[in-house]
Amino acid sequence: METRTGSERWLLPLVLWLLPVVVVALGFKRWLPPLASEHGAGIDRMLYYLMFTVGGLFVVGHLVLGYFIWRFSRTKRVTHRLTSPKVERRWSLSLIILMTLVAEGGVFIISLPVWGKLYADPPPADAVSIEITAEQFAWNIRYPGLDGKFGRTDPQLLSLNNPVGLDENDPAARDDLLLLNVIYLPVNRPVHIRLRSKDVLHSFFLPHHRVKQDAVPGMTISIWFVPTKIGTYELACAELCGFGHFQMKGILRVVSPEEFEQWIQEEPSYF
Amino acid sequence: MAGLSGHVNFCECLQERRNMAEVQEAQHTHEPVGFVRRYIFSTDHKVIGIQYLLTAMFVAVVAGLLAMLIRLQLAWPDAKWPLLEKIFPVGMEGGVMNPDFYLALVTMHGTLMVFFVISFALVSGIGNYIIPLQIGARDMAFPFLNMLSYWVGLLATLVMFASFFVEGGAAGSGWTAYPPLSAVPEASPGSGMGQTLWLLGMALFIVSFTMGGLNYFATVVNLRTKGMSMMRLPMTIWCLFIAAILGLLAFPPLTAAAILLLFDRHGGTSFFLPAGLFFGDKLLPHAGGTPLLWQHLFWFLGHPEVYILLLPALGIAFDVLPPFIRKPIFGYRMSIYSLGAVGALSMVVWGHHMFVSGMSPYLGEFFSIGTMIITIPSAIIGLNLLASLWGAKIRFTTAMLFALAVISLFGAGGFGGIFLGTATADIFLHDTYFVVGHFHFMIAGVTLFGLFAGIYYWFPKMFGRMMNERWGKLHFWFTLIGYYIVFFGMHFQGFGGMPRRYYSFAKYEYLQGMQGMNVFISICAFFMAAAQFVFLANFFWSLWKGPKAERNPWQATTLEWMAPSPPPHGNWGDVQPVVHRWPYEYSLPGAPADFTPQTVSPAEAKVTW
Repeated sequence: METRTGSERWLLPLVLWLLPVVVVALGFKRWLPPLASEHGAGIDRMLYYLMFTVGGLFVVGHLVLGYFIWRFSRTKRVTHRLTSPKVERRWSLSLIILMTLVAEGGVFIISLPVWGKLYADPPPADAVSIEITAEQFAWNIRYPGLDGKFGRTDPQLLSLNNPVGLDENDPAARDDLLLLNVIYLPVNRPVHIRLRSKDVLHSFFLPHHRVKQDAVPGMTISIWFVPTKIGTYELACAELCGFGHFQMKGILRVVSPEEFEQWIQEEPSYF
Repeated sequence: MAGLSGHVNFCECLQERRNMAEVQEAQHTHEPVGFVRRYIFSTDHKVIGIQYLLTAMFVAVVAGLLAMLIRLQLAWPDAKWPLLEKIFPVGMEGGVMNPDFYLALVTMHGTLMVFFVISFALVSGIGNYIIPLQIGARDMAFPFLNMLSYWVGLLATLVMFASFFVEGGAAGSGWTAYPPLSAVPEASPGSGMGQTLWLLGMALFIVSFTMGGLNYFATVVNLRTKGMSMMRLPMTIWCLFIAAILGLLAFPPLTAAAILLLFDRHGGTSFFLPAGLFFGDKLLPHAGGTPLLWQHLFWFLGHPEVYILLLPALGIAFDVLPPFIRKPIFGYRMSIYSLGAVGALSMVVWGHHMFVSGMSPYLGEFFSIGTMIITIPSAIIGLNLLASLWGAKIRFTTAMLFALAVISLFGAGGFGGIFLGTATADIFLHDTYFVVGHFHFMIAGVTLFGLFAGIYYWFPKMFGRMMNERWGKLHFWFTLIGYYIVFFGMHFQGFGGMPRRYYSFAKYEYLQGMQGMNVFISICAFFMAAAQFVFLANFFWSLWKGPKAERNPWQATTLEWMAPSPPPHGNWGDVQPVVHRWPYEYSLPGAPADFTPQTVSPAEAKVTW
């Protein structure tokens, strides 16, 4: 059996102590894209809560691990052999309490209200309604037009010239607007999105607005959010959808309410 | 036996036991002769274990090189590599990587690593080798089934490899193979023949893995030697036992899913395909299915699978620590209960992979709460590993270093899991590099480091020679530091919103700040990969040139170290060992040495339990 000399007894604790230092230093850098939506503040609050609590556990855990290795690689004999089952149970119990507070506490106190507002409540009545149909590798954005009603669609009518299968004979469809890869939204007004897909899975990802929702063929999924900043933002696909996945990019233009009204009046309808 | 089949009367049962003993006696006396029976179509658990390990090593080299190609593309998306065009004339046409080839790389790297490297090496390789030796048996319960399991597993590997050479290339729908991308050939070139072979390979793999799981379960329940009660089993055995049960429960739904997907692809059925699918200029005739069904079936396996791989690695860490801290582990019983709890909970949290999939948000919150519960037993396991060091006398061998790193990685990975298990945080982090970083700590990192700890630790038993410690430590340092830079870096890229499975990030302005980090991560990944060749060289050099190993080079207490190195056919010679104590009897007061093997009788040294 080899002797206990060697560089590991200081090198390993050093590396294990350096890790939390590096992680904390990196953690303080601003990584999240600048926030631009209302509910996003709740998501960010959850993320920061976890960064502090869970990050704290990581830091403490590694300081302890490094210290144990440093200290007990210098001892000449075993100083502590067995603990009584009672002590073991007590340690486990304290962890049960700690993890319940940190993990379940985070879920119940911070996460659940944000989640509930997004999914349990219906979209506010003054929301702008749009329908987004994803396809390989583009986003079809449909506005109901001035009548506020979406026209009928039918998969049988899908063709290269009719990308969402809009029914020409439905009066409500006559004034529907159809855009490719560009979304216009007024600032500070909720938007209700009906998300669909006509081929494979896609995922509607607005990094600045903390929005992500898979688009599933055969389903129409409702989501809503409130953009809070005027500007131009990127829309990415976050679910693998084939070779063009990495370039299935869209643009979100959040504009002032006046500009939005003007745009919607001037934009020509699909038919 | 009697406990399992109550209707068999006691005398019959005894008779059966006697017959079984005779059969085993016959087996160990009639050692197979001839190269083929002995080393190729062998029914000896040790040979099968080593076959699995070597197969996994070969697959690991291939899957590792696939990862290097992925990193090459991510770091320098526009560069030309004329040399690579010679190796991959289609995928690297003109020296530039084709996006379809990139997706095939991503898919096959994940599939091969999870199922054909980590599952093969850790569960099938180390498991087969170590279970009979640590419980004092002469072989697995069903040696022929064991052999069959390996050969079906090898067939599955070959089918997977074959998919690289068919038209359209290997499958490109990710290791999760979500339909419709994986179901409709028009959706992607990789969804042609490559995807069919992928599904067949998976089905064959599951057949093989199920045979192994049955064998592990039966062996641990029935073949423990005299005195080896369940509460005297080493942690590795406990973990493999729980993993085997999880595998038996969780894999069948994926088999069903794979076959249903094959029907959708080739039989015109619509299990996963809804009406209205439109590809090219064509409306598909499918109607009535839903892609979410696949996701449920896949993750019903996929999540337990994480624990099927993770638990044995933790078990190995629990077993490798004691000889190098010269004291028992902390909280043996609490750890077993926690492992059981983790195993049970792992069956009901699969939905945390699907928070934004379109699944009911109410269900999402249920899965979020459940996932947070799993952090509790996991934290207890981590604490028990950590607390084992208290009061120890640490000796740094390579095996020990890897076991210590398991504690660190399990912490880092576990804490990342809390982010992803919280549904609200997952809205942002889902399918970003945070996920990639996280699962490389857990399903890839803890398992890989546990595997290396096991190999460095048991190599002397397997081959009767010692591995080189200096090279081993070099391997350790490069792997550890590389690992942390590469995969911690990915966590932060995930905070930046960088989506996974992207061929290039050049299109997106908000990701422009990430490119420097991508280059740095790729360079570190190359170093880390190079260090694995140090391991391979060490392994094969030591096989022939390493110094001869004694029977018990680490002065350990568990049964495998009581057998010769390497153990003969039948493991124990004429008499099977008898167990008198628990597996971690180190530094026992009043004992002649600071380790008291499980076979030492109570007359020679007092028994803890």
